[in-house]
Amino acid sequence: MTTKEIRSPLPGTFYRRPSPEEPPFIEDGGAVAEGAVVGLVEVMKTFHEVKADAGGTNARYLIENEQPVTAGDVILEVDG
Amino acid sequence: MALKIIQPGLLTTIQDLGRPGYFHLGIPIGGAMDRMAMRTANLLVGNDEGAAGLEAVFMGPEIEFTADAVVAVTGADIPVLIDGEEQAGWTGLPIKAGQRLSFGYLSEGARAYIVVSGGIDTPPMLGSRSTYAIGALGGVDGRAIQAGDELPVGLSDTGKAGASVPTQLRRHLGSPTELRVMPGLYWHRITEKAQNSFFADEWKVAPEADRMGYRFRGGQPLEFVERQQPFGAGSDPSNIVDGCYPYGSIQVPGGTEPIVLHRDAVSGGGYFMIGTVISADMDLIGQLQPHKPVSFVKVDMATALQARADRAALMAGIRDHLA
Repeated sequence: MTTKEIRSPLPGTFYRRPSPEEPPFIEDGGAVAEGAVVGLVEVMKTFHEVKADAGGTNARYLIENEQPVTAGDVILEVDG
Repeated sequence: MALKIIQPGLLTTIQDLGRPGYFHLGIPIGGAMDRMAMRTANLLVGNDEGAAGLEAVFMGPEIEFTADAVVAVTGADIPVLIDGEEQAGWTGLPIKAGQRLSFGYLSEGARAYIVVSGGIDTPPMLGSRSTYAIGALGGVDGRAIQAGDELPVGLSDTGKAGASVPTQLRRHLGSPTELRVMPGLYWHRITEKAQNSFFADEWKVAPEADRMGYRFRGGQPLEFVERQQPFGAGSDPSNIVDGCYPYGSIQVPGGTEPIVLHRDAVSGGGYFMIGTVISADMDLIGQLQPHKPVSFVKVDMATALQARADRAALMAGIRDHLA
């Protein structure tokens, strides 16, 4: 088993949920399928989906909701 | 020859030095947000400084070349890859037909300029190939590039690989980035306390910042001097009777979040302007990432003119170095 990292491709503000009323894209400890949306990054008045380039289990977010991210920051770790 | 767009990046647009002369008609000056980086990229591949290239923001595109060429990437610090192998930035790089240019993760700065020998040869509109997406003007059908586009490239026999610009000839952002400002016509509209706090406070780039304007937040709200709003002005104390907005002017709607108007700005409206960022510092704004700290520094006309001369001398130094 190895740890896989899912990174933000761009800088902005990170969101774990599609909207404030909805549940997070991925729950802590949950499973992530390759290609799944794991969060949104807001920049230049638009929201960009961050997709998992690797799947796995036991999801751990390293960036809190609504916190700044820069390009290349690890958003999520999974066991794969 | 053409550039085949495999992945477009985020909002990658064709830009040159812009289309000055139409702002009074509401058509913005457009062009590269970091003009020195754009001019330098053109010089590195043997083009005229005003040839058109790509402005990539925060993320790089992936491009396949259909013929041999020289390519240079300037501006932001972002790993430049040819067929997956890392190359130097701020350097004229040889690239062969069938090879792919791509990018790693952005580190410093915000906008990379990708210029190829011969320049991008889409049809000029009102004297410029710059893309003004909101007005659907210039570029490819007035929009950002998309996967599947094939961008025509002009003929060139001047492309020479190997030239490079050392770091001491480039501008650096600093932290916080200092943006020099001349107070403007409406300076008297805010209280002395607000005049002081605007320059004393640290501001941060808001994620909404784009080619139209750079918004900042985090400083104290500005207090206005009380007055009866004149006929034709809106009811908010930050409103004025409509006026012209210069490039670089700083409006503060509601007194809360300053917005510096940039290359694709609107040309007029009803917000007071606290002042104007000097022309020498506008390129720096184009390289600011969201959440980066900024402070505004008050200067007078003599300082602004000296800064403009210093910036021109730096550009002349780059021309000399590459001649």
